[in-house]
Amino acid sequence: MLRRDRDQGWLGGVAAGIARRFGVDVSLVRLAFVVAAAAGGVGVAAYALGWLLIPAGDSGPGRVRIRTGRAAVEVALGTGLLLVAVLLTFRELGLWLSDAAVWPLVLVAAGGALIWRQSTEEPAAPPTLRPPDRVAREEGPATATAISREEGRRAAAAISRTGVGIALVVAAGLVFLQATGALGAARDVLLGIVAVVVVLGVIFAPWVVRLVRSLTQERAERIRSQERAEVAAHLHDSVLQTLAMVQRSDDPTEVAALARRQERELRAWLAGRPAPGQGGRLASALEAAAAEVEEQHGVPVEVVAVGDRDLDQAHEAVVAAAREAMTNAAKFGAGSPVDVYAESNGGRTQVFVRDRGPGFDTAAVPPDRRGVSESIVGRMERHGGRARVTSAPGSGTEVELVLDHS
Amino acid sequence: MTPTVLIVDDHQLFRAGVRAELEPLLEIAGEAGSVAEAVEAIEAHSPDVVLLDVHMPDGGGVEVIRRTAALDASPPCFLALSVSDAAEDVIAVIRAGARGYVTKNISGEELADAVRRVHDGDAVFSPRLAGFVLDAFAGPAPQPESELDALTTREREVLQHIARGYMYKEIALRLDISPKTVEAHVSSVLRKLQLSSRHELTRWAAERGLDL
Repeated sequence: MLRRDRDQGWLGGVAAGIARRFGVDVSLVRLAFVVAAAAGGVGVAAYALGWLLIPAGDSGPGRVRIRTGRAAVEVALGTGLLLVAVLLTFRELGLWLSDAAVWPLVLVAAGGALIWRQSTEEPAAPPTLRPPDRVAREEGPATATAISREEGRRAAAAISRTGVGIALVVAAGLVFLQATGALGAARDVLLGIVAVVVVLGVIFAPWVVRLVRSLTQERAERIRSQERAEVAAHLHDSVLQTLAMVQRSDDPTEVAALARRQERELRAWLAGRPAPGQGGRLASALEAAAAEVEEQHGVPVEVVAVGDRDLDQAHEAVVAAAREAMTNAAKFGAGSPVDVYAESNGGRTQVFVRDRGPGFDTAAVPPDRRGVSESIVGRMERHGGRARVTSAPGSGTEVELVLDHS
Repeated sequence: MTPTVLIVDDHQLFRAGVRAELEPLLEIAGEAGSVAEAVEAIEAHSPDVVLLDVHMPDGGGVEVIRRTAALDASPPCFLALSVSDAAEDVIAVIRAGARGYVTKNISGEELADAVRRVHDGDAVFSPRLAGFVLDAFAGPAPQPESELDALTTREREVLQHIARGYMYKEIALRLDISPKTVEAHVSSVLRKLQLSSRHELTRWAAERGLDL
């Protein structure tokens, strides 16, 4: 397949692409172009055509191409000047069609190339419709502005490239008319056209401005109403549902449990966290376990998590052990609130589950009461962690789970 | 001496509830349902402690603290009391000058105790606030490192115990230090929280329009 090879090429990679396609040395192809250029500029036109019509191949990685900025301008200027020098040389040597043909052709080729390249380049992906505060929250305000600044810069570069292209093509037209002496006649027509354009512009400019503005407004309005619909849908599924259930229930403990569960879900949603138990993360898994224990035993279980991590098998064991500890705290804590604190930093995860109940003497637990030792201590040890139960009569109970991991 | 308390919250029902719970324990100076009312009430009654809702329609706790600072009278102590548990809300109101943060599910007795403690010049951290602070100070400190940008080992231990649900007295017992020393550590953490230029803290505050 014929593709321009932009990685190996000097200008647009036309010669390199042809060389690769037909398996000849690239220098030969380049020489052919130069010779053809010497024969009245045919080579230049052919090259320009090739640049326009042959699609570019995939650019290989690792090679930085100059695209914008001062360096690109300098390269373009240099190339242009070289081309002019070559053409002037041919003109002196007599290998020349006529001024009226060559100069406009060169200008048209250059301008056309700029415009065509612009319009055939990948269109910029439209920015996804996301509420601005979400963007800011997810990527940080600095990143968001950096992205929009980068986009703006690219758009400005595209517009200025198109502008330069149009100017070149128009200049080509003028040069051609001037050279053929048709400019005098064309001037009257041109003046007429300019006058019409100015009049139309004055008439329609406010309308166009208003149209653009109302389109922007409409888009903002649409985003807003989409957001509102999303919020409404969420509230319907969650809060209103729960409120309906609360109205039909006459059991105060059930009402309290419903309210607590709804509160957890709503908080998670407002904070942009996954709902308890979803997302495969430690903190939300602990939240879910806390919610279940709370519902089963009617005791508030408060989870404070510092740091977070993905759930692997060992951490699932930690959550299961913590859940067991919460259940015990809720059962034997005499209704006192249960505090759960989880910290996952670096290579260590720690979970503390504490109640302020009557406590017990850890030394006096008969060995046949295996609940704690099997489901908490044993489980942690099987997964390479450890568990410790601290309690004394009158000062509550705390279960500490520790897991070191890489 | 019993401190006088002003209750600022835009929910009338909630104010009434807090008032009923605190009335037998403290002296209630009044109630306010908006930022403007709160500033007015502070000027009129000069309460010792202001219980401050983080969210209110016309600006919230941060705005009350900011406008009170512009008054001539010596400002009261502020204790934030809120259902909001978004880190940025809480950190913003602390950095504006509140001396503590408790969540609305706190019991009346604990709340009265927190008010007294704030009045005595101490800081009051709920388990959740302790968690936020540990989170904010978890990453590496910015360069150049200031004493304000990192927690000492002891401060971290104290905060972890608060997050685990221990009272100051219990923490003192467990760490074998005096309750006054625990207070000193918590106050030091509060100072760092208010003055540190750590990225997390400034970012959280900035997201709530608090220019620091």
